Amino acid sequence: MVRIVLALGLFLGLWAAAGGYGIGLPLTDEQLASYEALPIVRPSGAGLPEGEGDPATGFEIYAFDCAGCHGPNGEGAPFDRLVADAPFSLDLPPHRFAVGNYWPYATTLWDYINRAMPFASPHNMDPDEVYALVAYLLAENGIIDADTVVNAETLARIRMPARPLYRVDPLTRQLFPWIELP
Amino acid sequence: MNRRSFLQGLAAALAAGSLQLVRAQQGFKPFPPAPTLGTPLQPIGVRAASEAHVVRYISNTLPSRHTGAAFAPIGELDGIITPNGLHFERDHAGVPTIDPKDYRLVLHGLVERPLMFTLDDLMRLPSENQVYFIECAGNGQNGYREPPEPTLTATRSRGLVSGAEWTGVPLRILLEEAGVKPEGRWLLAEGADAAAWVRSIPTEKGLRDVLVAYKQNGEALRPEQGYPVRLVVPGWEGSIQVKWLRRILVAGEPAMSRGETSEYTDVRADGRIDAFTWVMEPQSIITRPSGGQRIEPGFHQIRGLAWSGFGMVARVEVSTDGGASWREARLTGPVLPYALTRFVFDWNWGGEETVLMSRMVDDQGNVQPTRAEFLERWARNNRYHYNAIQAWRVGADGRVQNGDPALAVGAAPPVQAGGCGGEVFDG
Ligand code: HEC
Repeated sequence: MVRIVLALGLFLGLWAAAGGYGIGLPLTDEQLASYEALPIVRPSGAGLPEGEGDPATGFEIYAFDCAGCHGPNGEGAPFDRLVADAPFSLDLPPHRFAVGNYWPYATTLWDYINRAMPFASPHNMDPDEVYALVAYLLAENGIIDADTVVNAETLARIRMPARPLYRVDPLTRQLFPWIELP
Repeated sequence: MNRRSFLQGLAAALAAGSLQLVRAQQGFKPFPPAPTLGTPLQPIGVRAASEAHVVRYISNTLPSRHTGAAFAPIGELDGIITPNGLHFERDHAGVPTIDPKDYRLVLHGLVERPLMFTLDDLMRLPSENQVYFIECAGNGQNGYREPPEPTLTATRSRGLVSGAEWTGVPLRILLEEAGVKPEGRWLLAEGADAAAWVRSIPTEKGLRDVLVAYKQNGEALRPEQGYPVRLVVPGWEGSIQVKWLRRILVAGEPAMSRGETSEYTDVRADGRIDAFTWVMEPQSIITRPSGGQRIEPGFHQIRGLAWSGFGMVARVEVSTDGGASWREARLTGPVLPYALTRFVFDWNWGGEETVLMSRMVDDQGNVQPTRAEFLERWARNNRYHYNAIQAWRVGADGRVQNGDPALAVGAAPPVQAGGCGGEVFDG
């Protein structure tokens, strides 16, 4: 018992020395896994899980889970338009900004659908379903072919039409010269 | 003011003064002390019943009230602190209900020691109190309307800003506890709302001045402000100040989440799209008299708010003649970095039609632009960061309306309800 207390004391002491205040607990692997279950996906593909999906499968899910809010083919009503109907231009009103003309990274689509859609019952789909929805929306936006299978590797390689329009805000560039867009 | 117009003004003011006198006399009812005991002690104070109309503005064109904004009624408030229930609000998937006992903040990724903090842990750590404004990047969005909307109010013009005293633990302390690895240049902060809102913040900023806040004007955060814990990122757009903070993943690259690509990016007049438009530019607005109000001839103290995400308000100037001449307003109350600042300006209104404006300069020399200057730099189909001078036209009848000049440069894109401005553009 005494040994355990001493060991615990030593552990806490070391812990405190490492951080400074010794407040806050280390995470167990199980706890970490519960956070990694909802990945924060980055443009490099980091965070994307295993799995894959194609546009046809995606369309079936879309028709059932998404069309009511985003239109039968992503034309957007009552909520956001998902499929672009024109290239980006200075005359394009903001409610027509969409995946095909304004989104700079395809990985964002996976991340966002996975974490936030469908609106009222989000982060409930398995990775294959999300890949399929992403594939459907990319195909509908003319970014991939109707039979392309999307997975972690291919998604990170897709170049989005809007990407060349983007740059880091010049003021932010001044404040943080090291920042580059992925 | 020359002598003749001064004398005219004085005459008008005197006439108006006697008119007011007559009105006050007519409306007089005896006003004695209360005849008996009033309301007994209450565990929590509530506003006077007759102030119930002072509420936040929510557009009735929103397709859903689970995403959208409630505007602080700045046209009816004073001071630099927004009462907690009137603080502006922007959610993307409603306000979650969080039991503080279940609350955990997790730091993981490129750190030496992944860590988890309870709410109690956060409160035990050294705290800081700071008065900061929070402003939605969509504040001012109604200004993109062309021609300008006559019935605009101060609240609908710039009410997506609020000021509060925030108490919290500096994020730096948590990052040091976890030990950020050198390649961990980005903090990917995530909320516990249904949208699991994610934004990327440079670790450099996180180490400098970001607060992990749990108190707002002394009491626990309101649920709609992130209860129990939110980030407060001084000077930067509201959407990066993640509410209901659930975790921070330290990473080598930004997330490029939807909230920093599809939304909260800015279109320039040259067609480029700027990402990471974080700093909120210098703003000022006259809140009194302002759109929708009606004034009588005579003395008025013009009052307004100024702020800048670059630092402190250095100077506010007011014009009472449509921009022909400008004079310095007086800053009253605390002048603090990244905080709302009050300005006042004494004015005698002679009853003639005129236009009131304010403009501000911050301590870094940044100047608030005119509407024309602003729209030379930013695209007409941009959605955010509108900080142009707001003009108020005072009619001969004393009614105050939007006085912004229409620009002779073709029609703006059609507007559609939704999103952050709450009523103008989606996003
Ligand atoms: C109940 C209505 C509803 C349903 C069902 C729904 N969405 Fe959404 N969706 C929304 C709303 C509302 C937003 C905007 C959220 C915000 O304001 O942050 C949105 C935004 C989006 C966006 C981002 C649009 C942009 O340009 O920024 C995508 C992509 C999306 N939804 C995909 C989907 C997919 C895929 C599904 C089906 C799995 C789906 N949605 C189901 C309401 C819905």
